[in-house]
Amino acid sequence: MLHTIAPIVENKPGVLVRTAGLFSKRGFNIESLTVGATDNPDRSRMTITVEGDEVVLEQVTKQLNKLVNVIRVSELLPSESVGRELAVIKVAARKEDRSEIMQIVSVIRAEVIDVSPRSMIVEMTGSEDKVEAMVRLLRQFGIKEKARTGKVSMARGATAVGP
Amino acid sequence: MGKMSGAEAILECLKLEGVELIFGLPGGVLLPLYDAIYDSDIRHILVRHEQAAAHAADGYARATGRVGVCLATSGPGATNLVTGIATAYMDSVPLVAMTGQVPTNLIGKDAFQEADITGITIPVTKHSYLVRDAKDIPRVFREAFYIASTGRPGPVLIDLPRDVTVNELDFEYPEINLPGYSPNLKVHNLQIKRAATALMEAERPVIYVGGGVKYSDGHKELVELAEKIKAPVTTTLMGIGCFPEDHPLSLGMLGMHGTTYANYAIQEADLILAVGARFDDRVTGKIASFAPQARIVHVDVDPAEIGKNVRVDIPVVGDAKSALAELAKAVEPKSWGPWNDKVAGWKNDHPLFYAKGADSIKPQFVLETICKLCPEAVIVTEVGQNQMWAAQFFTHKHPKHFISSGGLGTMGYGFPAAIGAKMGCPEKEVFDIAGDGSFQMNIQELATAVINEVAVKVIVLNNGVLGMVRQWQDLFYEKRFSNTTLTRVPDFVKVAEAYGALGLRATKPSEVEGVLKEAIASDRATIVDIIISPDEKVSPMVPAGASLSEILELEG
Repeated sequence: MLHTIAPIVENKPGVLVRTAGLFSKRGFNIESLTVGATDNPDRSRMTITVEGDEVVLEQVTKQLNKLVNVIRVSELLPSESVGRELAVIKVAARKEDRSEIMQIVSVIRAEVIDVSPRSMIVEMTGSEDKVEAMVRLLRQFGIKEKARTGKVSMARGATAVGP
Repeated sequence: MGKMSGAEAILECLKLEGVELIFGLPGGVLLPLYDAIYDSDIRHILVRHEQAAAHAADGYARATGRVGVCLATSGPGATNLVTGIATAYMDSVPLVAMTGQVPTNLIGKDAFQEADITGITIPVTKHSYLVRDAKDIPRVFREAFYIASTGRPGPVLIDLPRDVTVNELDFEYPEINLPGYSPNLKVHNLQIKRAATALMEAERPVIYVGGGVKYSDGHKELVELAEKIKAPVTTTLMGIGCFPEDHPLSLGMLGMHGTTYANYAIQEADLILAVGARFDDRVTGKIASFAPQARIVHVDVDPAEIGKNVRVDIPVVGDAKSALAELAKAVEPKSWGPWNDKVAGWKNDHPLFYAKGADSIKPQFVLETICKLCPEAVIVTEVGQNQMWAAQFFTHKHPKHFISSGGLGTMGYGFPAAIGAKMGCPEKEVFDIAGDGSFQMNIQELATAVINEVAVKVIVLNNGVLGMVRQWQDLFYEKRFSNTTLTRVPDFVKVAEAYGALGLRATKPSEVEGVLKEAIASDRATIVDIIISPDEKVSPMVPAGASLSEILELEG
């Protein structure tokens, strides 16, 4: 089962390698990991999706909490949080396919952000399922290149871990 | 305090942290720091190999309870510390390891003697720092000593680029500000109540004690609790000495080479109170059949240990000493019952034993004789058969008096660690119980011991083989002794003399007591070469991967 955890960490050198290293050292599998600034310049926020049962999740959380640079770790349950991912996909776009690609992009509320004679770059933000759906639809035309950010997540409602 | 160089600031920090001695070996990038050490009150012990600096600092820390400090230069000096740091990490030893580093402008350029030591040691340190600015030195040192010595102790590494030790700073020792680090020492009342109720309900309790009790100084509280409820107590290798082994409730050590009765008691128990122990595989044997009837109460200062290896029924996060004190208050006294009789029966029927009256010297007899002559000694061990005999056949009664590399199992640990322990506790008699294999791994430290007049007594149980591995080959590999025969072991008496130490030898059982007395009377570093048979075995034994119930008593 996939779990999403969101550690708030100190914005210091070596924090990413310590965090990622912990996963490999303990034999945990990272599905995706994102990291970026928070509103506090001394803090960064990570969103990590990890595969495993409850025992694995508990160990990951406890081991992360042991790192001196990790301020706090929260688990984000799918039902109580929102998650989004950004994907950009370079798709082969022959003349005869171009309008169909445009139609698909419009129906699934993605966007074309670059056009060239033989390709297009499509940008999409959404849940992981939605991104997956778009990838499936575009595959018929030939995907030349694909980049995904991995998920960023936040708990619903007014409770917050801080800026 | 005004302006000073980075090197002076480092020594000022060490002084403020109460450091009286450090173990190290200089190198190019450390020249400014060593120049400052030249004028300092802090005693620097020059080792002959950096690995020994880390082990000596570790032995000093385990014997005194204070933070051990070691120092090595960049590159190979730093990488030579790694085994020592990993040893300290596995056994939760408070250690601050300082390493030199190439100047900040050369970091990442593959400069001469450059190694990414903070990167290399991430998995084996509690925390680490690469100091990039001299003004950070006071904060980093303050934090490093605090992190190393609080909560679950552990090694902290500080990497010091050359220019950082030269540049000037305004010295001010700051307050600790670590938003992500707050060791959870205070035990939760409700969990104590639940644990106490479980202890009261239990008919067959066993208290299983690890190194956490030693680090929290909880041995008195442990005895109080055990006596109040008449619960038998078994210790891990790390917990040895936390409960006096001559006590009627003592089961000695459990696990692979633990006593038969400790292992039987665990397997029959209906409640296990684990305190400051981590259910290591050498303790539990086959985990699925470990203590099959028992509810488990687990007290640990490190929440990540709870539930890591076994399912825990009642977790208690917090300091072992306060948890034991609270538990002792919360329980009602119990009297000696059928469970105690049953355990006493096992103790009677399955004692630790060895064949007496042989022509050759029995290693177990050597340990018993040391115990008879010097019952209050600090026993440091190497790793292998010597370590297990030292755990089994010396009656351990005091915490911090048994010092051994348990988690990492580092051969070569004992001798430098014994030097550190003796320097921390000069009034105590310190033995290194060694094998000829382990001792040769850091034998060069004879120079350190002799020159600094450290009167450690190295007892080499000399069987000419790598005995523990050979024992496994004997039992499980059809006596195919692949690469466990050392063929020609040096003459340790001559080696001792070459370094200026005292060398003694015993080849017959009748000589053992005499040479040991001579060694104890010696006021300098002494090697006692004791010739034993390569076929001596450590018994009893739970084969790897077997259940504790399958413990074998081998022919001695």
